Amino acid sequence: MTIPIIDVVNFLILFPFIMAVIIGLLKQTSRLRSAVIMIGGFTIMAAAIYVAVTVITSGDTSQFMYLENTHLPDKFVIAGEVFLMCLVCFLSIKYKKYYAILFSLAGTIPVLWMDLTGRVVEGNTHIRIDTFAAVMYLIVGIVGILICIYASGYMKDYHHHHKDVQDRSNYFLALMFVFLGAMFGLISSDSLGWIYFFWEITSVCSFLMIGYTRTQEAVDNSFRALWMNLLGGCGFAAGLMICNMGFGISNLSQVTDMGMKEAALIVPATLFAFAALTKSAQFPFSRWLLGAMVAPTPSSALLHSATMVKIGVYMLIRLSPLMKGTLTGVMITVIGGFTFFAASLLAITVSDGKKVLAYSTISNLGLITACAGTGTQEGVWAAVMLVLFHAVSKSLLFQTVGDIENCMHSRDIEDMHGLIIKLPRLAFIMIIGICGMFMAPFGMLVSKWAALKSFVDSGSVWLVLFLVFGSGSTLFYWAKWLGKICTVIHQSFELEDITPRSELVSIFPLTSLIIIMCFAFPWMSGHMIQPILDEAYHANIPDVIGGSDVIIMMIMVAMVFMIPIGSRFLSIGKNSKMTMSYVAGVNAGDDRHYIDSFGKERALYMSNWYMEDYFGEKKLLWPCIWVAAVLVAVMLIIVVGGAI
Amino acid sequence: MEINYIIKAVLYLILAPLIGGLLSGTDRLFAARMQGRQGPPIIQPFYDVNKLLHKQTTVVNSIQVLFVTGYLIMTVFTGCLFFAGGDMLLVFFALSMSEVLMVMAAFSTNGPYSIMGAQRELLQMMCYEPMTLLVAIGFYYAQGSFMVNDLVKASSPAIIQIPGFFIGFVFILIIKLRKSPFDLSTSHHMHQEMVKGLTTDLSGSNLALVEIAEWYDTVLMMGIVGMFFITQSPISRIWAIIACIVVFFLETLIDNVFPRVKYITMLKVTWAVILVFAGTNLLILNVLK
Repeated sequence: MTIPIIDVVNFLILFPFIMAVIIGLLKQTSRLRSAVIMIGGFTIMAAAIYVAVTVITSGDTSQFMYLENTHLPDKFVIAGEVFLMCLVCFLSIKYKKYYAILFSLAGTIPVLWMDLTGRVVEGNTHIRIDTFAAVMYLIVGIVGILICIYASGYMKDYHHHHKDVQDRSNYFLALMFVFLGAMFGLISSDSLGWIYFFWEITSVCSFLMIGYTRTQEAVDNSFRALWMNLLGGCGFAAGLMICNMGFGISNLSQVTDMGMKEAALIVPATLFAFAALTKSAQFPFSRWLLGAMVAPTPSSALLHSATMVKIGVYMLIRLSPLMKGTLTGVMITVIGGFTFFAASLLAITVSDGKKVLAYSTISNLGLITACAGTGTQEGVWAAVMLVLFHAVSKSLLFQTVGDIENCMHSRDIEDMHGLIIKLPRLAFIMIIGICGMFMAPFGMLVSKWAALKSFVDSGSVWLVLFLVFGSGSTLFYWAKWLGKICTVIHQSFELEDITPRSELVSIFPLTSLIIIMCFAFPWMSGHMIQPILDEAYHANIPDVIGGSDVIIMMIMVAMVFMIPIGSRFLSIGKNSKMTMSYVAGVNAGDDRHYIDSFGKERALYMSNWYMEDYFGEKKLLWPCIWVAAVLVAVMLIIVVGGAI
Repeated sequence: MEINYIIKAVLYLILAPLIGGLLSGTDRLFAARMQGRQGPPIIQPFYDVNKLLHKQTTVVNSIQVLFVTGYLIMTVFTGCLFFAGGDMLLVFFALSMSEVLMVMAAFSTNGPYSIMGAQRELLQMMCYEPMTLLVAIGFYYAQGSFMVNDLVKASSPAIIQIPGFFIGFVFILIIKLRKSPFDLSTSHHMHQEMVKGLTTDLSGSNLALVEIAEWYDTVLMMGIVGMFFITQSPISRIWAIIACIVVFFLETLIDNVFPRVKYITMLKVTWAVILVFAGTNLLILNVLK
């Protein structure tokens, strides 16, 4: 028996919303609620994997186009847009942030007018499930759901530690499922109107999640996220209207297909790309993502890895063939490359674990943006690979930081000194996560390598320079964090690891995924990414990373895992005499004090380097934002303004 | 063909420590003569390592040994990959991984001098990482391949097209070979502000492993210097060897002339040099292409 794909997709889009309602009704933290989340979550995951596997193994992507007559869903979409607009207006008035109303009205009213006056082009397919959508299903379905399961356990501990925050965890968990539903909707939709609707849901959802604690800081940050994303939404709405009324196009696939022939379509494409920049938090719009970390950790994990920011790069990768060789493409790559470099410098200077992760997200998204902007096939290959690896590694890192915070009441990297002794299990998982982000045989580096090749081939000298310098600083901030964790302190004891089992249900699969993906990437390249390129370019490309290199990479991966195993069984260093580290005085025995020449015991502490005087946020953040703002303005003025 | 690669890798495996040790001895001899001293015999480094291997090894913790062993294995692996004719980019990625393992060895000890050395070593990596990647890209621009195997079959030496990259690379070799003014993370002399930096808490056979790994590393670096001159004609190999000797002598000279600088000076100077020489060279190549 085979179930029609369209039914499963409908289920995927609608069921998370139903789940949200059920969870919203279960006010108290209870076994029942956890069970509901677990069962519902795994059902969604199974459905997503089913769709993805069917699409990927079918090899034929043209058959998955659906829905030509959509009067009823269209009415829903219109009603939904009005509801979102009213919600934003209401909350803006409540918190006296009136500017948000302006952006919301500007984005929604014209689109509503177009919908209601019948100026929309009708009769096209509304849903398209191709390989790229299938890959995104896997990310949202696996990583996103694991985060939701993690959240069910995390929120309990969170409210245990934060008594001052009102327990609205049912609301928070419900929002997470709404988010996933919107994600599934967005990646399945081909109709621009529908994409816009789901786009706005994610904007409003992230706004509500960031403001969860309702402290002044949370409210401020959530409104910052809201106005930036609504601004992007306005850009999207403008692009949508130009497509419908100017070109008679209502589908994204038509935009990319016809864009090759008709040069004028670059105008809406530029507007979509602008919207994508805000979503994926590129400079100058990065501040919303940095502010988003005031919310409980699962929301950060969700925003950074599987959802929100990935929508932006998803759009850019879709538009990538269009941008090849255009001014828009050049500007997008420059903004991306600049963001990659600047954010990696800024990441050096912060010691808050979540903030480092936030900057690293911005930085990596910059790289993906730059890859997509080149518009070459290698660029798209690297971009999709980066999206995949980044989603898995980053969600794992956020979850681990959240757990460490619950165990040690701090997420500062300086407090993670000696984590390998204090919380060995979490430390080990974190080491794998960090290695996954920058070390040689692991996934991110493979994609970075492909990115480098694609930049070189497309002759983008500036990007090559941004990438090589950015790699240097990326290495610095990850390696010093890794060093902090690996430090072994004598007379330090294991802390109680209070990570609940529901969180481990999420963490262990993600850890294994990172390792599996190291071995599986040649397969992924052939079966998941090659079809995407076929769809986008209608052409085959040779392997981006050749055969002999793959073998060597495999040897390296094997070696990395052999070293610790080997040392366990061989007696290397086991017979050596133990001593204390050298402190130029007498080590008092615990590595944290020494006895000076007056016989006094003195404290000793080695901090990491942050170089705030040179790359500090105070010094670098605003100039970066201004530079990028000028770049964005130039792009919009020349491309969009030039067309008018 | 396959067997050919393996023979090359094995040759490197056996010969590199010999050559590396001799280079290290020559370096000390050069330095001594520049300072008007007699200096040690040229095979002194072998005596030193032999002595270290026979000493009792004390360790601060057991993870340290793991990292140091990993460092040696990865460095050797990197060198084998290069001399067997592998992908240049992969060589540099593997190289930075081996360096990270060494830094972790220092971090794991929790000793103040080790950690200071480790932080400085990381900063040094941040300084030279852009250049190493650029070298691979430069070769790609010049000869159209990342594979060392293809690069050695070039019709004209790469240096003609990428002199800027060569200057940049020789410059960062000062850091890579731990020469003053950029020997921030460790020093050859104990009585300084950072003691022995990175290797302060290593002793006996562990320290010997680090020394051996550095010999392998030196040979690899000289191999990359040679790559700038090698073409398909056999005579070019002689030019490559001469170039290596000149560069090595130059590094020793620089070591003896300049005092150690502050880390921020190092960062600014190296990045500026890379940007000016390699960056401009890249730009010109791109325009000519």
